[in-house]
Amino acid sequence: MVNVAVVGGGYTKFGEHWSRSLRSLATEAGTLALQDAGIDGKDIEALYVGNMSAGRFIGQEHLGALAADQAGLLPIPATRCEAACASGALAFRKAYMAIKSGEYDIVLAAGSEKMTDVKGTDAVATLMGAGDQEWESAIGLTFTGLYALMARRHMAQFGTTREQLAMVSVNNHKNGVHNERAQFRYEITVEQVLKSALIADPLRLLDCSPITDGAAAVILVSDRIAGKFENPAWVLGGGHASDTVALHDRASLTEANATKIAAKKAYEQAGLSPGGIDVAEVHDCFSINEIMSIEDLGFCRKGDGGKFVEAGKIALNGEMPVNTTGGLKSIGHPIGATGIRQICDILSQLRGRSGRLQVSGANTGLACNIGGTGATSIVHILGKEEPKGR
Amino acid sequence: MTHTSSVPLYWRLKKSKYNVIGTRCRTCNTAYFPGRQLCQNCRRKGEIEELKFSGLGKILSYTIIRTAPQGFEQYTPYAVAVIELDEGTMISGQIVGNPAGLKIDQRVKPVFRKISEDGSDGLIHYGMKWELVDGQ
Repeated sequence: MVNVAVVGGGYTKFGEHWSRSLRSLATEAGTLALQDAGIDGKDIEALYVGNMSAGRFIGQEHLGALAADQAGLLPIPATRCEAACASGALAFRKAYMAIKSGEYDIVLAAGSEKMTDVKGTDAVATLMGAGDQEWESAIGLTFTGLYALMARRHMAQFGTTREQLAMVSVNNHKNGVHNERAQFRYEITVEQVLKSALIADPLRLLDCSPITDGAAAVILVSDRIAGKFENPAWVLGGGHASDTVALHDRASLTEANATKIAAKKAYEQAGLSPGGIDVAEVHDCFSINEIMSIEDLGFCRKGDGGKFVEAGKIALNGEMPVNTTGGLKSIGHPIGATGIRQICDILSQLRGRSGRLQVSGANTGLACNIGGTGATSIVHILGKEEPKGR
Repeated sequence: MTHTSSVPLYWRLKKSKYNVIGTRCRTCNTAYFPGRQLCQNCRRKGEIEELKFSGLGKILSYTIIRTAPQGFEQYTPYAVAVIELDEGTMISGQIVGNPAGLKIDQRVKPVFRKISEDGSDGLIHYGMKWELVDGQ
């Protein structure tokens, strides 16, 4: 079997880029990744680009060809990947599989979203495209509302507290201060979270990731040529699973079965248990999702996520550092870019290039990117050592 | 735009939007609301039939929406719940009335209400909301 390595990555400053277009941001991210890998555009054999909703955000579809065109990569095959908020990880997964198939040796996986060209209420409605149009959007639900339904149930079922939810945002902001590409580079307190505006009870403004413009890109190569690159991060395992699009069609409101299945597959392929992960990027679109996901990923038992956070275990120097570069909450969440941005930050950790945010001795890293309320979940595990005997 | 402005969309959903009519798989006896054309367990082997639900259920979780999507701004704050129907399936729905005293496990029943409108001179959409069963 072909082994696959990530050999370069980069992302733009995340934020409200009123003076920049989607194509400009995506091209910058691609250029950063190529520079980082030390290769030329002519080396790239295929392109996968993650994007949720350019059609509604900027009226632009056909992003695969557009990205290849703008990046000067014509005529390579270019494919857009969409799985709501997991679009970035999906692009990465498809790029990985394209190399795994033996068809290509060097592939560019990118993700981008331009969200601030529409007004806020339009963005809220567009994001609801990730839910069930006929039965969730049609009755006035929002994504904050859907995660609020999960949060209240989690609190009732497991005793998770409002303060524990706030501590997720506090942790991620604390890390994000040192990420120069983060949208919000300041610390917040539990008290500030609890006093921020209610968006959908019990979730408040500071439980929510923001609306963001940004793009990210990584270069994947086969083991045939990986020897030419310094410090590759190998893909040790991955999983991708689906669940019902409507939250109310699930067996449980407090766990994402797709994450459990995707993680199980990724751990099996990597030959690792959750305890073997040194650093993790976990999808904190809302504070409750980080708590549910660290449970679903097996970092703690179901229901114990709040206590795990409160005990400081997800901190940079904790036993399971999570979202060491700021997470979606502080870095921002340009939907299609997030899954690729997570891979960039894991790559940086494994290379020991994360500066003040470095987890010392990080040999393995996990990225979990979730679409909608958990209808898509994609998990990848990367490591410094090339997998053997597969 | 919430894409609810299509008359055919509402027309083809009229059984489930105006009544609690879904489906049941006779093969494995699983009830679906909204109805499904294919049973998730039995797929093509499942025999699907129409099922009129009692409409009664209880609140499994709820939220109060304060920042609404386009088309719903004028209704904030409004409550939305995931309701577990007595037949054993769940559905999302708005809860009418004062959201202040809502609690998990409260019993609810469906009521026919205006859901939204497409601007001042557009279509008015009707459908089901839910209210607390008397005496709670």
